[in-house]
Parts: sequence; structure tokens; C-alpha cells
Amino acid sequence: MDQIVLKNVTKRFTTKTLGTVTAVDNFNLNVREGECFSFLGPSGCGKTTTLRMIAGFEDLSEGEIYLGGAPVSIRSRNLYVPPEDRGLGMVFQAFAVWPHMNIFDNVAYPLKVKKVPAAEIRERVKKALKHCSLDGMEKVFPSDLSGGQQQRIALARAIVTSPKVMLLDEPLSNLDPKLRETMRFEIKKLQKEFNFTIIFVTHDQSEAMALSDRMLVMDMGVVKQIGTPTELYNNPTDKFVHSFLGQSNFTNVELSGGRVYLKGDRSVPLGMEAPKTGETEMLLATRPNTIEINREEGFRGTVVKRVFLTDFTEYIVALGDQTVRVQAPHRNMFRAGETCYLRFANPIWYSAKKDASDAERERRTLV
Amino acid sequence: MSMSFTRKNSDLARMDGKKFGLDQIMTVLCFLILTTVVILPVVMIIYNTFWDGTKIDLEMFGRVIFREENLTAMKNTVIIAVISTIFATIIGVFFAWLLGRSDIPMKGLMRWLFSIPFMIPPFLAAMAWDMMFSGRGGYVNRFLMSIFNLKSAPFNINTLAGIIVIEVVYYFPFVYMQVVSALERMDPTLEESARIAGAKQWYVIRTVTLPLTIPAISSGTLLVLITSLSNYGIPRMVGSSKNIFTLPTKIVDLVNRAGGDFQGIREATALSVVLVIVVSIALFVQRKLLKAGRYDIIKGKSMRPTLIKLRAAKYPLLIVSLVFLTLVVLAPLVIIVLVSLLRAYGLPFAWENFTLANYTKILVNNKAVTDSIQNSLFLGFSSGFVCLFLGVMLSYVIYKVKPKGSGILETLAVLPYSLPGTVMAIGCILAWSGAVFGITLYNSIWIIMVAYIARYLSYTLKSCSASLQQVHVSLEDASRACGATHMESLADVTLPLIKPAMISSFFMVFLPAMRELTTSVLLYGPNSRTLGVAIQNLRDNGYMTQAAALSVVAIIIIMVCNGVVKFITRDRKGV
Amino acid sequence: MAKIKFDHVTVKYGNHTVVKDFSLEVKEGEILGIVGPSGCGKTSLVRSLGGFLNPDEGDIYISDNLVYSKKKRINRSPETRRLGIVFQDYAIWPHLSVYDNVAYPLKKRKTPKAEIDKLVRQALEQVRMTGYEKHMPAQLSGGQQQRVAIARALTSSNDIIIMDEPITNLDAKLREGMLDEIRVLQQNLHTTIIYITHDQEAALQLCDRVVIMEPNGNICQIGTDEDIIERPANRFVFKFIGVSNFIPVVEEKGKYYVYQAKKELCYAEKKPKGFISGKPSVMGIRPMDIVFDDESPVKGVITQAVFLGTLFNYFVKIGGAELRVQRSMLDSLDGREYKEGETVGLRFLNEKYYDAEEGEVRK
Repeated sequence: MDQIVLKNVTKRFTTKTLGTVTAVDNFNLNVREGECFSFLGPSGCGKTTTLRMIAGFEDLSEGEIYLGGAPVSIRSRNLYVPPEDRGLGMVFQAFAVWPHMNIFDNVAYPLKVKKVPAAEIRERVKKALKHCSLDGMEKVFPSDLSGGQQQRIALARAIVTSPKVMLLDEPLSNLDPKLRETMRFEIKKLQKEFNFTIIFVTHDQSEAMALSDRMLVMDMGVVKQIGTPTELYNNPTDKFVHSFLGQSNFTNVELSGGRVYLKGDRSVPLGMEAPKTGETEMLLATRPNTIEINREEGFRGTVVKRVFLTDFTEYIVALGDQTVRVQAPHRNMFRAGETCYLRFANPIWYSAKKDASDAERERRTLV
Repeated sequence: MSMSFTRKNSDLARMDGKKFGLDQIMTVLCFLILTTVVILPVVMIIYNTFWDGTKIDLEMFGRVIFREENLTAMKNTVIIAVISTIFATIIGVFFAWLLGRSDIPMKGLMRWLFSIPFMIPPFLAAMAWDMMFSGRGGYVNRFLMSIFNLKSAPFNINTLAGIIVIEVVYYFPFVYMQVVSALERMDPTLEESARIAGAKQWYVIRTVTLPLTIPAISSGTLLVLITSLSNYGIPRMVGSSKNIFTLPTKIVDLVNRAGGDFQGIREATALSVVLVIVVSIALFVQRKLLKAGRYDIIKGKSMRPTLIKLRAAKYPLLIVSLVFLTLVVLAPLVIIVLVSLLRAYGLPFAWENFTLANYTKILVNNKAVTDSIQNSLFLGFSSGFVCLFLGVMLSYVIYKVKPKGSGILETLAVLPYSLPGTVMAIGCILAWSGAVFGITLYNSIWIIMVAYIARYLSYTLKSCSASLQQVHVSLEDASRACGATHMESLADVTLPLIKPAMISSFFMVFLPAMRELTTSVLLYGPNSRTLGVAIQNLRDNGYMTQAAALSVVAIIIIMVCNGVVKFITRDRKGV
Repeated sequence: MAKIKFDHVTVKYGNHTVVKDFSLEVKEGEILGIVGPSGCGKTSLVRSLGGFLNPDEGDIYISDNLVYSKKKRINRSPETRRLGIVFQDYAIWPHLSVYDNVAYPLKKRKTPKAEIDKLVRQALEQVRMTGYEKHMPAQLSGGQQQRVAIARALTSSNDIIIMDEPITNLDAKLREGMLDEIRVLQQNLHTTIIYITHDQEAALQLCDRVVIMEPNGNICQIGTDEDIIERPANRFVFKFIGVSNFIPVVEEKGKYYVYQAKKELCYAEKKPKGFISGKPSVMGIRPMDIVFDDESPVKGVITQAVFLGTLFNYFVKIGGAELRVQRSMLDSLDGREYKEGETVGLRFLNEKYYDAEEGEVRK
């Protein structure tokens, strides 16, 4: 069953500098029950606005939203269910735990609002705290706790009512990198335990990919691509998605007779098949970690620079007058100046022409 | 070897044979000045209360505080303060919520109206209210009587209740200011998460919004309570003529009646001690409360708070608010201006009764008045500059030099802020009438200046030290590394960086000094009347219209200065 | 010739010793990185060098001049030490224009006006900030402020620059660009640079030599980037520069075992390179150097498999220990998927051996 359905959802704002901006443009989405779904995009792309429309904090300019099959926002019928009646769990970036209440009162609040009997409240709060590794801390006040622990309170407060849908608005961005990783796993664990559907908003692509069953990439109010993390990572539909999901090399190439050459140098072909698009010039998109660097076979290049990073060694390799970035394990190292051979394992092709979204982005940055 | 200057390690400084540097000299100076300006008056009050010149004397203290008129004054003080604080808080919080969180229109206008009471001194506001609602001749009373054919005046401001009303309308903007800023800075997700938890709007306000603003509310409330306890101007203007006294007015009354007699001043001193005790209790409570509830509610990504839709209540609320604000804020101003234009007080406001003669009378022919303007300007500038200088030096010593006892320095500098002005004035009289090294400043303008410096030093200290703490140590280190000596680094980097704070802190002293009455009314001599004293004297002598004209002059001076501050500090933000 | 020399320097705060008996020589014209976790005393070293902190023992030389000596009672004040310092928060004076910021050190040294103009122009050119002379710092981005700070350090001293965590406030992309620029700058001017950081990646990327410090202020290793990556001097260095696994190993009758509780899994028939015989030792290995190999007799169970965007991260349980294994995108393009719960064979590449810590290997 589809737990969350968005049909033609559109949101327009009027601002002083940009005029009317379509923050979210004709957004369609079906999120399945029990799925962990991420909205990924740069800041200002409309992902948070969409989430807030689902939560009921923003109204729609057009479109319909359904939760668990029931309509909650229908613009044409002027139907609007307020946030408190949507039965959601939500966790915010800034934790939003109430500093004037201790942990127990924070977590018990949603149950008290619903007039749940005191004995049951105690029991359910206890269970929620246990799942968020906060047991025994009922009497502690949030200000005495670290950011990670405060976010756990927020999680416990969100799960205590066992909601069907959990909205997470950049919940990990205020935490340090190490903690972010552990919290990621804890959220997944909670999901298994309580079996809710997650919408996870983030601008951090590795976070989205580590967490999601499916995800989407948004830019300037438009959904660019929906799919599983590996689908999106290995087969991005456009240049924006490619570079947003990870480091990218874009190499200018010429196509001729089914072969691929570096732009302006037809002496040696790159060892790969040319796509059948009819264009003569294209962009070859590769990722630094899908290029094999070796001493025996492939396209010949020269190592210009070597940089040791934590997980791998990175080489800048010159191919004619262009360079590509290649990442490899710390073993079998190459030195700067050394000749090497590259094999491109997963080439992706884009048109060399500028597209419309590039123009719009330029307009917005100029204003 | 070479010249050297070390801050942290006095041991190494000594290696170069330099025992006293700039920092040490400033530290010593700070202690000396604060001892003279602050400790001395306070010690003199306690000393004179319990020492009659030859022996310890507790009998006088008991006699004075149990005298019936004094007991009544104490009772009045507490009643006025408590009741007006309660109402000021309720009204202040309501408006804070309305402007900070609802979608009521015309917020800009209302914000502007709220800034006006901060510019008008309380005694002027009280005088205006007296003109409108005094039992016999208040203009609004007479207007209502003629319209509704009433036999007697419907309102009488010259009562305890009248004083309370004036204090409520004068003080509620103070509560408003504290609370509205807390509401505006509050992270909106705190409320949103309560909505998500299933709570309705009003339940969220009750269980989340209000509890979170309690620190701001209580700090506003206690500020009002303390100011009201030590307020002199309002009860003096509307109460004294009807023999309604509070502790501050009683103290001044005692000093005036004593006519220089030392025993009389000692009695006033005894009452001062009582007033200090009452204020200290309020301060103590404030400390406790603020410590208990310091919430961090202002983190997260900055988002504009969601405004609550008032729907049908929107326009009725707007009308009520505007009428209320106009009445309590604008009406007093209007009445003062109108009265200042009358040929004689009591004449109806009709075109043929208007004249500019009052202004020429006070500004051209009245030397006492022109002197008072000069005096106030002099006091404003001189105490402003001295406080500025001391404030910079003190904050540098406290936050950058950090000598042993810097905590004491800070406490001493802030202490007079919480002492009622009346009390500080008595202390100055006792200290500077020849008691110490035979120095007599009494009846001269210098004693007023010393009192102002003590009272307002904490303003410049707070503002400068806040700014100085923003100056990261690496900014100074960087200039040292670039070849600047310690002195040069202060002059090139530190001082320029806190300049905006210095300018605004100067005006923080200048403005209240310009409109001061409480302290100067006890300290002025024949040649050192201040603006406030001059207005009060004109009024007491029955020159009501001239008093009003001088008030208008005072308000104009204050507003112009305020405009100047706003202009200067306008685009300094962010530096 | 040593440009800067720390000679047995000790710094204490009260009873707490931050830097203990620290000696180091910085060669002329090199970029030397001092790397260590926060609290290892790096900042105390910079402050001692700058003259803002007085060490409790030892001597400090700058360009062969003794600038500080506790014993000889010498303490040159900061303004006479002629260093260029780039502070962590840049410490650009917000009330002065870019020009005035950069000209300040020259003015303090009474340089003639025309000379100042020339030197400021050169310095701004070096950091590619020509044209920004009239800008106020608040109008500049973080990266630009950083450049101004470097330009000011250039006019303050022409041959020694100290950088104290200068790029930690920048985002990853800007950071990389900045490191390249610092390198180019150094090559142009032959300045000696001391680069202090807790970020081992940045230090390895930029510096000719890197000094790795332990939390207690001791020096663990001094070497080039390759030395440190290829031949970490001890366990601390190995752990500090990247994600690491430490697996207890034993040698028995010419065979080599991964020693885990009762299970003993043989991973090598010949003595591996670097193996320490005769005492309890551990194998230090990076997640990328453990590869899945069904042939290997060392078996483990995958407890967690996560796609991290750039690589696949696995936790593999062998015996009582959990290993972190990473598989690059390149390897995973073969289509073989490894799922949670699956049993896999593990092969170890490029491993290092260290002495075991107390209680790590059960007797």
C-alpha cells in the first residue's frame, strides 16, 4: 500500500528579490508502507518545503496529499487537516526538545495530549526511552545532555505514539560526523522495531544513500530522479544528479566511427564503445572510484599529483590536456610523474550542451 | 635584552626589570576609583544610620521606621509596586504575544509607539496624567463632566490607585520588550513539534510557548518591580500634594524638611536602609529565578516563526490595541504640548487661548531655567564621558587583564545600578559634605556629577564589556605578531573595534542624565538646578504652562539625541 | 641550517604538563606539518613560538637567534620576533580595509610609504586578491579572508609563516583549493611554513614533512607523506591517520592464524612481511585492504552492509571480533552483492604488525 501520496503538489512563494518563485513544482510521489525514502538536494531546492506541506505546516498552491489513503491536503476542495491531527512523528534539525521539561515529560507529552491513562503513559515512555538508549534518565533535563542525546529524546518523543509515518528534517546535521554515523544505524534499527514509513530530508548524499530504500534528488523545486541509491549513483539521468551524488569527472570527448576520442586528439581511442546518439561531441561522466588505475592495460595517462586521503589515495591523472581524478586503495602506489593506464568501468554519457536548469540556476545566483 | 611585555607571567616581566606595566596601573586605578565613587557613599549611609557621632545608636533607626507616617509610606511603596507590576506584566506579555506571534496588522506603528515611553522620564508622564485626570482641574475630567453633565469628576488620579494606573501604563512596555525579543528568537520548531505531538494551538501556547518565555517574563517583571519600588517621580507628581507618600518621596521630604539639620538627614538615612533592604529582597529573588530558568531556546536554523492567525478576532483586537496604545502613550504627550501653548492653566483648549509666550518666558527671560538646561547638558556630557572612560578601562581590566579580585571590581561597578537613586544621593550628601578629607561638594554641580557617575557606570561597563568580549584574543595577538607593542595594539585594534559600543554607551549615560530628577532633587543647590528640578519647581510654584513648555523642550532634546544614536549605530551592526 | 629550533621545551598549565621536553628543528624552506589530536599541545607550541606564552623550560631559536630561554632569562616580545602568523579564525581586523590589514605590519616597522605600497601589492598578488584593496573584511568570503590573513603574514615576515589550523573553517572543496595555493605560494617565495592541524589529510596533502604528536605531547613520527602512510611508526600513527582494524594474530608451527577466542583461522602459510615472532602481536589493517575471497579459509559473517555513496561498508564478524571492511565501487561493479547474514572469506593485503596491548591476546 502507498503510505504517502503526493499528486501534482505545487508551492509558490512571492519574494521581493526574485518575484514569484515556484518552490515546489508539480511534485508526484508514492511512498510505500515501511519504506525509508529520502529527499536529497541542495539548500533551497524545495525539499524542506515539501516535507512541511506533508506535515501540515505549509499550505499548498496546488495539488493533493494523502496519508495512509486519507486525504489531508486537497487544494481544490480547500481541505486541510492541521498538523496535530495527521498522526505523524517528526524530528527536527535543532532537536526541538523542550528545555523546561525533563526527559520523561518531553516524551510523555504526545500521550498526555491524547489523554492516555497515566499507567500506560509510564509504560510506553519507558519502552520508547529504552529503544533510544535513554533508560534511567527520565528525570534529567535536556540542557544537561549532549546534542546526540537530545536528538535521541526527540526520536523517543516521535516514536512514543507509534506513528505510521516519521518525518525527519535533517535530523543529523547538527551532530558531529562520528555521531551522525551511529545515529543513522539507530534510526534504521528503530524503523525495523516500530515499522514506520520514513521520509528523510537531507543535503548530505552519503547520509541519504546509507539510509534509504529509495530516494529522490531535487533541484530548484523539480524532482530530477527517483530510484534506489545505487541506481541513482551508477546511472544518474543528468549532470546535476551525477555531480550531486558524488565526485565526478566530466571529460570532453569526440565520437567518430563508433569510437571515443579525447576532444581534439584522435590519435588513440579510449577503450570503450560510443553511445548511439548521433552527437559528435559529448561529456563522458565517470566517478573517481570507478576508474581502475594500473601499470599494464587501458588508456595511457600521467600521474600529475598524488594525495593521501583517509580511506584511499587520490591521483590526478592527465589525459591529454584534460585531467581526471582517480581513487584507489593505498596499495601499489603511483608517484607523481609516473605513467599509468586507466580503465573506465562505468562510463555515462551526457550531451555537451548547456541545459535549461543551468540557466535558471545562474539567474537565481545572480539576483 | 630587548623591551618586553608579558601579561600572564609576571615572573618573566620581572626578568626585564619591568614591574609595573600599563595593565597593572589601570588595575590599581580601577580599584581606587570604585572605592571613592561607590564604596564611600554606601559605607557612609550605614555608618550614619547606626552611629550618632559618639556611639552605636539603634534607637533612632527603630524610632524612625516605626513612626506611623513612615510605616504608611512603606506600605504604600509595596502596594504600588506589587499591584502595578502584576498588571504591567499581564499587559506587557499580551502585547508581546500579539506583536511577536500573531498576524495582527500595523505592527510597525505599534512597535514605534512602544519605544516612546522609554524616552519620556516618569515624572513627566505623571505630570501629564495629572493634567488630564487630576480631581479638580484635569482636562479629561472636565471634558467628561461637561458632556455627561456630571456633578463631580469621574476620575481622580491623585490617589493610590491613580499612582498604580500611571505606573502600569508607564512600565508595561518594559515587560513587553523583554518578552517580545524572547518570542522572536525562539526556535519555531519547539512549537511545531508540539503540534506534531497532537496538541492544539492554544494548548501549545499554554504548555510550551509560555513556559519557555518565563525567564524573559520574570526578568521583565522584576525589573519593573525594582524600578517601581525606587521610583520617585510618579508618586511625587501625583501623590505628594494629597499627602500620599512612598519611601523615596518620604526620604526626599525628610531631607527637605530637615533643612540641613544633621539629625533630619540621619532619619532619611534610616529610611534609605529600609528601602535598600526591600529592593535587595527583590533583587535576590530575581537572581534565584534567572539562575533557575536559563533556557537555550535560540538555536537552529533561523526561520521566521509561524504566525498565528487571529481570524475574526483580528480587527477588534487591532482597534482595542491601537486605542489603548494611543491613549496611554500619545495622550500624555499631546496634553503636555497643548498645555505648554495655553495662556493660562485651566483655560479651555481653544484657538484664541493659544500662545507661544510660555516658551519665550522660560527660554529668554528665566535665568534659572536656561541655567538648568546648561547644567543638564554639562552633566550629561561630563558624566557620559567619565563613565565611558571608566567603563572601557574597567571592562578591559576585568575581561582582559583578569587580575585577582576582578569579580569584586565587577560587583562594585554594578552595585549602584540596583541602589535606588534617592539612596545614592543621600550617600553622596553624607560622603561629600566634608566628611572625607574635608572635601565639600555639597550644593555644587560636582556632587551631582559624582552621583551620576556612580549610578550610570554599570551601563557603560555592560555595553563595553559585551563588546570587548567579542574581540577575540587572536586579533590582538595578530597585531603583536605584526610588530605592534602592547600600547599600539590597544590603540590600533582593541579600541577601534569597540568604538560602536563606546558611542552607544555614551548615550546610554547621556540620555538618562539629561532627564534625571530623583538624584538631583536631593543634590541640587542654588546654582546647580537640573532640567528635571527646574520643571518640578515651575510646577510646584504654580507655573503649570511654563513647566509644560520646559517639558516639551526636554522631550525634544531627548528625542533628537535618540535620533542621533540611532543614526550613528545604524549600519554598525555586524562589526 | 635550522630556521626554527625548539630545544627541550616544556609547557605547563598549573600541574598539567601540556608539552614535555619537546625538541624539533624546522629546515629552511620546508613546509612542516605538526599534526595531533586536540589537546596534544600543538597550539601551546605556536603560542610559545609567537611569544604569547612563556614555556616553563627550554630554549626557542628563530633564524639562529635565541628568542626565548628560561635559563638565560631571555624573552623577546612578540613584536620583535618577526613571524607571520595565520590564526585559526584568521584574526583579520574587521575595522580595517584589506589594504590596511596587509599594510599594518609594514607601518609598524616604519617602512617608507612607497615601499609599503609595493610590498602590499606584491603580497595581494601572491594570494590572488589584487583589486580587493578597498574591501572591508565583512564583504569577503571565508576563503578570501583567509587569503588576506596569509597576505598579512607575508608582509609581517618574509621568510617564516606559522599557520594554526587555518583551513578548518572552510568547506571541503575550498579547503583543497587553498592547500594547493599555499603550496604554490611556498614554491614562489621559498618561505618556511609551519602548518599546525589536527587534520591528518590536510597535513599529508600539503607538507614536505609531517610531525605526528601523541595526545600526551610526545612526537611519534617525523616523515614524508609516503613514510607515514606506508610505514606508520607505531600503532598510534596507524590509527590516527585512518580507519583501522587491529586483529590479534599468532604464529604456530610455521602457520599464521587470526586468533579469535577458540577459533583459530589460518590466513598464511608463509611468514608475512613484517610479522613479529615471539611475542603477542596484532595485525593492523585498513578496511580497504581486506578483500572478500571465497577461497580464503578465514571465514566471517557479514553483520551489516551499507552503501556509503563512495563505497560499500561492511561489518564482518570473525570469532568475537567485528572487522570493518570496505569494498570500492569499482570492485562492486562486478555485480556480486554481499548481503547481511552471508558468510564470506577474507583475505588480507598490505597489513602491518604491532605489539599487542595488555590483555589483547588471550593466553
